[in-house]
This record gives sequence, structure tokens and C-alpha cells, in this order.
Amino acid sequence: MTAHAIQDTAVAVLHTAALDLHIEGVNLFYGTNHVLKNVNLDIKPGEFFAFLGPSGCGKTTLLRLIAGFNTADTGRVRVGGRDITDLPPWKRDVGLVFQSYALWPHMSVARNVAFGLEERGVKRAEIQRRVAAALEIVGLSHLAERRPSQLSGGQQQRVALARTVVIEPKVLLLDEPLSNLDAKMRVQVRRELRDLQQRLGLTTIFVTHDQEEANTVCDRIAVMNDGVVQQVGTPVELYERPANLFVATFLGTANVLEGTVVTSGEDRHFESLGGLRIAIARDAVLPAEARLVFRPQVAKLSKDKPVSASAFEGEIMRREFLGSIIRFGILIAGQEITVDEVFHPGVVEPHEIGNRVWVEIPASSALWLGPGSGA
Amino acid sequence: MSLAFTQAPARRWRMPGTTGQIALALGLAAFLLAFLLVPVGSVIYVAFTEKGTGGFTLINFADFFRTDLFMRSFWNSFYVSAMTVVLASLFALPLAYITTRFEFRGALIIQTLGFVPLIMPPFVGAVAMQLLFGRNGSVNLLLNEYLGFRIPFMEGLNGVIFVQAIHYFPFILINLSTALRNIDRSMEEAAQNLGSSGMRMFRRIVLPLAMPGYVAGASLVFVKVFDDLATPLLLNVKDMLAPQAYLRVTSIGLTDPMGYVIAVVLIVVSVLAMWVSALALRGRDYATTQRGGGGLAKRTMRPWEQVVAYGVVGLILALVLAPHLGLLLLSFATIWSFSPLPDGFTLAHYSRVFGESSVYIKNTLIYASIAGLIDVVVGTAIAYLVLRTKLIARHWLDWAATAALAVPGVVLGIGYLRTFYDIRMPDGTPLATMWIVLVIALAIRRLPYALRACYAALQQISVSLEEAAENLGATKPRTVRRIVVPLMMGGILAGFVTSFATAAVELSATLMLVQSNADAPLAYGLYVFMQSAAGRGPGAALGVIAVVLVAACTLISQYIIDRNQKTTGAAR
Repeated sequence: MTAHAIQDTAVAVLHTAALDLHIEGVNLFYGTNHVLKNVNLDIKPGEFFAFLGPSGCGKTTLLRLIAGFNTADTGRVRVGGRDITDLPPWKRDVGLVFQSYALWPHMSVARNVAFGLEERGVKRAEIQRRVAAALEIVGLSHLAERRPSQLSGGQQQRVALARTVVIEPKVLLLDEPLSNLDAKMRVQVRRELRDLQQRLGLTTIFVTHDQEEANTVCDRIAVMNDGVVQQVGTPVELYERPANLFVATFLGTANVLEGTVVTSGEDRHFESLGGLRIAIARDAVLPAEARLVFRPQVAKLSKDKPVSASAFEGEIMRREFLGSIIRFGILIAGQEITVDEVFHPGVVEPHEIGNRVWVEIPASSALWLGPGSGA
Repeated sequence: MSLAFTQAPARRWRMPGTTGQIALALGLAAFLLAFLLVPVGSVIYVAFTEKGTGGFTLINFADFFRTDLFMRSFWNSFYVSAMTVVLASLFALPLAYITTRFEFRGALIIQTLGFVPLIMPPFVGAVAMQLLFGRNGSVNLLLNEYLGFRIPFMEGLNGVIFVQAIHYFPFILINLSTALRNIDRSMEEAAQNLGSSGMRMFRRIVLPLAMPGYVAGASLVFVKVFDDLATPLLLNVKDMLAPQAYLRVTSIGLTDPMGYVIAVVLIVVSVLAMWVSALALRGRDYATTQRGGGGLAKRTMRPWEQVVAYGVVGLILALVLAPHLGLLLLSFATIWSFSPLPDGFTLAHYSRVFGESSVYIKNTLIYASIAGLIDVVVGTAIAYLVLRTKLIARHWLDWAATAALAVPGVVLGIGYLRTFYDIRMPDGTPLATMWIVLVIALAIRRLPYALRACYAALQQISVSLEEAAENLGATKPRTVRRIVVPLMMGGILAGFVTSFATAAVELSATLMLVQSNADAPLAYGLYVFMQSAAGRGPGAALGVIAVVLVAACTLISQYIIDRNQKTTGAAR
């Protein structure tokens, strides 16, 4: 039997089910501080979902609210159709893996994992069976009698995970699970997490401030800022069609051309701070306070003036070699624009610092975005 | 996405705590009210009330300040406390200097001195000190015989100062050494870099940085000495404040207002001394250690420095151990009078103590155990309510329990007599004479220390450990039982043992509240024995038993703390 097959029999011991999770109109205040602002989310059964945002955006507050450690001032939370808003934490069956792991230092690994089952009054033989299965799934069967303080950071995290999934939670919540691991472990553990989630089929929410983590493991992401859900979508959707300036700049690098929209009769155009004029298509729908946004890799560099109307001349200020690409900083009409060119080994790069070049922005790849809400 | 909130939506109403938490808080409040605030309040009330009419008056205080005896007592108490601080500082400063500035092998011995005040209360050794340092004690007999003069170590107030300073100087030593150790080496190096060195640098940089620690220790010693009733009484010094309060209440009676006035004066001085200490520490958090190592640079001693250092340490050690040694000798002595050493040795005192007086030992074990138990239960409950709930006014519980620090034992005793004497049990005996009231008084006196121990233990536990338990299905009471209490256990046990040990040898409140020999604890028995020359032997034997008991407890508590840190230290 392969290691996977052994684990599959262990997984079969745990009767985990995929349930949906609905958050409706949740508002939360700390005193006069409005921490969560009208949050609405629909998370599908079995989905690996991320709350992504900078620190202080409310993502951990929202996670703790689902677990029952914060009380919403308004709104409801439903898991699999059951309203859990008014339940205390111990009646929710919502498994939370803490950022610090929160393993009890006075109990062995096995006792830590057995705790939730003991509190549920599960029979001893069944507890043993399920604890063994949970430890097997995370590959720690041989460390069952150790104390948490005798384990490495990665092992402690697996114990925390085993302790949570063993109670067969309806939803699995992970609070920055990779933040206490070193860079190499992080990549390995996030793959394992994804793998485990797939096999258990648990609806899972993953809180992180790291877009790479969210992009690599999650099906969908809710980008949060200042207590507001800015946008919900798959990683590709968020990257290609960000809803506002915050999402565009938080996920990957984006050029934001500052300026204003000038309307003269039927005709509209965008006038940048440095005086560049960019035509706006007739049928384009523009948000309030719109800016021109484009990714560094969609712009094209050339020495000679291209035919396109949306091309602008500037001077190369910076040149950074990033391996597969070369990143240029180009000063155009007082604003620095970032442009990425693919690096071709063996080919002499024609652009040098101080050169005057033309930057062409394809109209199809340019986005008109506003600052969005709450920012 | 546009969401404009012009006004906050209607909020859900939240309970400030569970019904269990509220009930617990009310129970604790009632306990503190009945056994601390009301008794102390009644003492203050009586002091300001005119006898007979019950109206408000300051006449009692005017009487106090007009009576020569009281004013003399007040200044005597003040003088004794201040001189004790001076003498104790003389003992503590060289020791602190030696241990923090030099690589010194005796450092461990000096650190162990810190436990001396815990192990033996000063009154236990007082009589033995008379025999060693008194006018006709061993030291003076030898001095007189070979050098032809005597030193009045133990004459009148000198005796109290001497005994108290020997006993309490470790409080200054510990605080000062800790403060010195917390100074970052870079502070010293910066001074050296700018051209300062040696004693001059010690005086200008190191000492000022350590000053708050010194003041904290010194004010603690001042308060302890000012409030102490037993030591002056045993040395037959009566014109000090605490003995005066005791004598007024026991000889003239509970209705005499002067005892209450003296009690109020004692409280005021305690509060003032603590205020001075708080003032000295405010805004001067000089814990300047920034790196892992920290601490001042230590150097090895030159040979002559070693001689001086060992000489100083040896002398101080001899002084500190003198009461213990004297007590031990006395407990085995047949007759010890007008001679440097006893005439002969016997085990009779011990057999007498274990025979007819074993009731004292039994009572002590029972009382101190219950008092320690009350302390850790109340301490844990208050710490939990303060740190883990959002109950309104929960901090008041903490403040009220801590206020017991400023209440001298003699004041609490007077307060209990005043408050509980008129409450009769069904069989007609006053509540104040019940042994359980004495136990509660002992518990209240130790509560601030136990509370701090519990508080510190709970603070070390990350809240997420409790949340994890709740998340996995444990209710709040279950979480407390399975996670909080086991993790706090080290702190709780240490708190229990400390409370037990100090309650076992508390005499101030005990003297006021013990009504019959059958209900008396060891400290009281010791006091009774020491009143007569014939009782000294058995008294000393009882004292030795007390010291052994408390020393054992202290060792156990140290062991528990060490073990606990080893097993649960890392994963927090």
C-alpha cells in the first residue's frame, strides 16, 4: 500500500461532510470603531476559500466571528442551513486552527487530539480509533505520547490540525496557518493542506495576508480592506478583472495612472497629471474617480514611435533584472510607470537607463478603476 | 460596491458575563465586604465617633496627640522603623554590591538569605537574641570578660531595631539586587566610554538606576516594622504604636476609642509608605535590559578584595543565623542564664511540646491549610474574573483584595472583634471567638500575595489555549477545569504554600482573636510560653518546629515552581 492509500483508510474513519456557509449583513463594532461593514459571503460546500487582506482589514475578526469568539452587532451566520449566530463557541462544531496553534502544554499529543471527543462524550474505544486516524492523516502517529514542547513548529501545526479535524467539524477555519513556519516549510505545508482538504472534502476558510498563499491553495478569495469585502472571485478573476484600485494593487503589481476624466459634450477623455490625453471608448462604463490601470507585462516598449494612438514617450529611470523578466521604471509626464519585458537569454537587451523609449498601452488590456468602497 | 453608513445599525444586546460569572463575582464581593471592608470601615468609623452620642468628632485624635504616651509611642515606632531601614541597608548594600559587581562564589548563599524572612518571623528569634546579645548574653559576657565592656545591642528600642533589621534586610537585598541585575551592560559601557569608572560610575550611573528597587524594598521594610506587634511585645517594649493598640483593646476594652485611633494612625502610615514607594517607582521603569544577556559586567576579585568580601559575608551570615542558632540551643538547653552557652542539654522540651502542646501544632496545620486554600480559591477566582471576563467593576475586586496590604494585623484583629463580637452563634458564643474567624483573618492578611501569584500564573496562559478548548466543545466551566486550572497549578500551589507558611507564624491578628488555649495556633503558644522564664525551653522547641515547618513548605514551593517551569515552559 502506498502512503496515500494508508491515509485514505484513515480519512474514511472521519465522517466529514461538505456544507455551505452563508454570512449575511454582518456588522461589528469595537466601541465606536466599525470593524466589519455589512459583510455578505456565500461559501460553497467543499470550497477552499480565503480571506485575503492587509493586517487590520478585519479578516481575522470575521474568522473569529464565525467561530463564536466575536459577536456580530447585526447579521447572521449559517452553516449548512443552521443558524449559528447565537450559539456559544462550544456548540458550533466549527473547527478553528489557531495561528499560534494553541496546543495545551500540559497534555500529550494524543490527549490534545482526544480533547474535543472527550468533551462530546464519545466512547473511549471510538476516541482511540479516531485519534489514531487523525494522527495517521497528519503523519504523526509515532509522536502520540510526546508533549507539544518536544515538537518542531511544523509538527505542532499538524497536531493542531489533527485536533481540529478529529471532531469532524462542519467547517474548517485556518488562521494564518503558515505564518509561524519558515519559507521552505510554508510551500510544503500549503500543498499538504490543499491535499488534506481535498480528501476530507471539508469546507475550509483560510485567513492570510499573503496573496501567493491564497492564489496557490484556494478556489476562491474574498479580498478585504478596512472591514469591507472588496471583491470575491477566483484568483484569475481577481487578477484579470479587479473591481477597484485596492484589489488591482494588492494582487500583483499594477500601474495606476493618476488623472481626471474630462467630458466635453459626447466626447470623453482621460487627462493624466502630467498632461497626457488618453481617449476613452464611447461604450466604456467608468466608475467614480476613475484611474487608468494596467499590468506591467501588458505594456510594450519600443525605441521608435509605434502606430498606436495610446503610446507615450518617456525616459528609463530604473532597470531591475528579476530572472525571467526585466522590470523597467519609465518616467512619463511626471509619473513613473513599471513595464516588464521577458528576458531572452543570449539576446542583447536594447534598453538602457537614460534612453528615451515609447510605451504602448493596448486599450483592450487597460482598466478603468475607482478607489472602491471603504478605502 | 458602495456602502454608505450614515448611522450605526441597531446593535445586538450583549450580556456582560454568564450568570455563573456574575454569581461568582457577587459572592467574592460579599466575602471581601464582610471580612475586610466592613471590619476596617468600622474601626475607622469608631475612631471618628464620639463615645456615647455616636456623633462625628475629631476629639479622639486630639486626645491621641495630647497624650504623651501615645506621642512617644508614635515617634518610637517611627524611629525604630527608620533605623531598621538604615541598619538593614547597611547589611544589604555591601552584599548587593559584591554579588552584582564581582564573580563571587558566595553569591548562592547570599541569594538563599532571601528566604530568611519567610522562614522565621522576627518574634520567634527575639528571645534567643536576648540570650545571645542581651546585657548578660553570650556575646556581652565574652566581651566583658576579655575586653572589659559591653555593647547595648538589645537595650530598649535598640533590641527591636537589631532584631528587625537582621530579619528584614533580605527584602532590601532582593529588591536592590534585582534592580541592579536589570541594568543593561550598555548603560555601564556608555559611562566608561565617556570617561567614568569604578565607584564614581557606580554612584553616578548604577545606583541611580537601581534606586527605585531600593525604595520599594525599603518602604516594605518600614511598613512591616511599623505594623509589627509581636516583636516589641516579646522584647517587652510597650511604648510603640502597635503594642499600644493591642494593650488598649485587651486591657481597657472594645469600647475605648483610643485603640481605634491608633489603628487608623497605623493604616495611614502604611498607606503613606506605600504611596511613597509607588511615587518612587512611577515613570521610572528602569528595567533597561535590552539584549538576552544584559546585566552589569562582573570582574574577578583581587585577593585582598576576596578577604574583605568573605569577611563581610561571614559576619552578616553569622548575624542572620544567630537567632536560628540561639533558638536551637535554647530548645535543647536545661538552664541558660548568665553564661555564654547553656549548662546542659535535654530533649525534655520537645517531648513536652509534642505531648501536652501538640494541640498548637494540630491547630496551626488546620488553620494555615484552610487559610491557604481560601487564598488560592479566592485569588484564582478574582484573577479569572479580572483577566478573562468583561464584568463591570471587576477591577474593584482586585483593588479591594489588594487593599489588605495596607491593613496591619492588629487593625484587622480589632476590626473583627468590633464587627463580629456582637454576632452570637446559636449557643450564645460570639462569632468573633470562633476559630474559623481567625482562619479568615489569616486568609485575608495573605490574600494580596496569593492573588498576585494567581494573577501572574493566569497572565502567562495565552487566551488562545482557552479558546481552542471552547472551539472543540468545552463550556467555560469545563475549560477552567481542564485547561486553566491545570496550567495555573504551579502558581496556585506556590501561592498556597506561601500563604500556608506565613499564616502558620502570623501573630498580630492571632493575638487579638484567640480566646482559648484549645483554639490557639503555634505562634500564640510560642508567645504564651515565652512570657515566663520556665516556658522558654518549650517555647524555643515550638519555634524550631515552626521554622522547620515553614522551611519545608518554602522548599516544596520552590521545587514545584521549578518543576512546573520545566514541564510546561516551552509551548506557551
